[in-house]
Amino acid sequence: MLEARNLKLWYGDFRALNGVSMSITPRAITAIIGPSGCGKSTLLRCFNRMNDLVEGSRVEGEILFEGQNIYGRRFDMTGLRKRVGMVFQRPNPFPLTVFDNVAYGPRIHGLASGDELRETVKKALQATLLWDELGDKLDAPALSLSAEQQQRLCISRLVAVAPDVLLMDEPCSALDPMATQNIEELMLELKKRYTIVIVTHNMQQAARVSDFTGFMLLGDLVEFGETQQVFTAPRDRRTEEYITGRYG
Amino acid sequence: MKQDNAIRLSLLGLAMSAVTALAVITTFILKEGVPVIFRYGLGAFLFGTEWKPTAEPPIFGVFAMIAGSFAVTAGALAIGVPVGLGSAIFLSEFAPKKVAIVLKPALELLAGIPSVVFGFMGMLVLLPFIRVHLGGPGASVLGGSAILGIMILPTVISISVDALRSVPRSYREGSFALGATGWQTTWRVTLPAARGGLVAAVILGMGRAVGETMAVIMVTGNTVQIPHSPLSPVRTLTSNIALEMSYASGEHREALFATGVILFVIIMALNTVANTVARLGKRA
Repeated sequence: MLEARNLKLWYGDFRALNGVSMSITPRAITAIIGPSGCGKSTLLRCFNRMNDLVEGSRVEGEILFEGQNIYGRRFDMTGLRKRVGMVFQRPNPFPLTVFDNVAYGPRIHGLASGDELRETVKKALQATLLWDELGDKLDAPALSLSAEQQQRLCISRLVAVAPDVLLMDEPCSALDPMATQNIEELMLELKKRYTIVIVTHNMQQAARVSDFTGFMLLGDLVEFGETQQVFTAPRDRRTEEYITGRYG
Repeated sequence: MKQDNAIRLSLLGLAMSAVTALAVITTFILKEGVPVIFRYGLGAFLFGTEWKPTAEPPIFGVFAMIAGSFAVTAGALAIGVPVGLGSAIFLSEFAPKKVAIVLKPALELLAGIPSVVFGFMGMLVLLPFIRVHLGGPGASVLGGSAILGIMILPTVISISVDALRSVPRSYREGSFALGATGWQTTWRVTLPAARGGLVAAVILGMGRAVGETMAVIMVTGNTVQIPHSPLSPVRTLTSNIALEMSYASGEHREALFATGVILFVIIMALNTVANTVARLGKRA
């Protein structure tokens, strides 16, 4: 579904990715782990071309999405980001109402309006189990919600445009342990319908939720395989050192 | 420790000097201007349309000047706000870094041009143009509005740019990550998030337009009349004071101070509204 082929990325003169190849399995959770600065967030941000917003960034290699290179010259960018959504490290709902946050995507893409839009918003909030809490508070400002609710709202916002892939960049790092557990349960629920790629510095989290795990170090994908195998029988010595806590 | 105290006290003194100046000016204007308003009658002063300070008995009605200030300011906003907001949006959201680096200082330079130079350019270039192509005497509401519209640009642009730049990057990223275009992001996320600061920018620009004197005297013709078209000459509150203070005495002089009181109230009100809106915007 998504496949990186020999992907290299530079920020100015600094090379952040040294030729990464990995294939993302549909309707599964793929975790990317590694110490700070290893390039895991950078890799994630290549899948929806968010790195394009960074001045001085340059990419070589390709990422195939349904067989098409998203870095190809004739690729439809807004279409890509509609189908490959992203959840950020800090919840970033817009300073609008709950309803307007979720309705944002459908509105800009002209997907729904009126009753249809209200139905889309309801379903998106149900998908993240927010509807029961917020169904009667759709006019509340999104910034008044708790951090966990805000992060769920950001996921609802994506779900409303019916993407195929959810990219999550350390989605729980701003949340407390209870909220983290709730979001992890939500991810397991969401993977029935979506392909999920999550970046996390929390190895336990990767071990708990993911089906596949990639370990990155200094811009290289050192090891990539089924989570079970990576955590119990790593092939690379550096992976073993990292997961046993010898550095990072 | 001792030295610290000395520095703190002298800084306190310096800070107080600005406040003291404000207090002195306020007291002085009010003391000179308020009595005549009540002696003459608040209604007659504010809503009288005749201004004949040297007649016997003199007539002090500032309504035509209030209307003049209002017309010229409204016109200045009609010209300056779209241009100013547009420039600010371009500078903060769309301009490549290299372009912004050149443009921003250039705009700040615009603020450094003395107002008499704006007036001079208006007299030499703008007024003849209006007279020849649009009719009327040239010196007019339109002339004043156009010159003031340009003069408020630095205020409107720099405050708007600050407001837009203070919108967290994460809002824009969230929008882009949903497949929004640059313009959709600006229109639906960034502008609403910055609206408090943008309103403050407009109001402070308005304050600058209301208070400007020299350039306005040079391009509006200064006739005391309620303007009936954009091409009629008008006199503003500020022009009234500047034009007559040099020869006024007695009650006439007091009436000019009273004009100042009205200006003072208008500017204070605008600043209060600007501050309140900016604060509410930040909280929302």
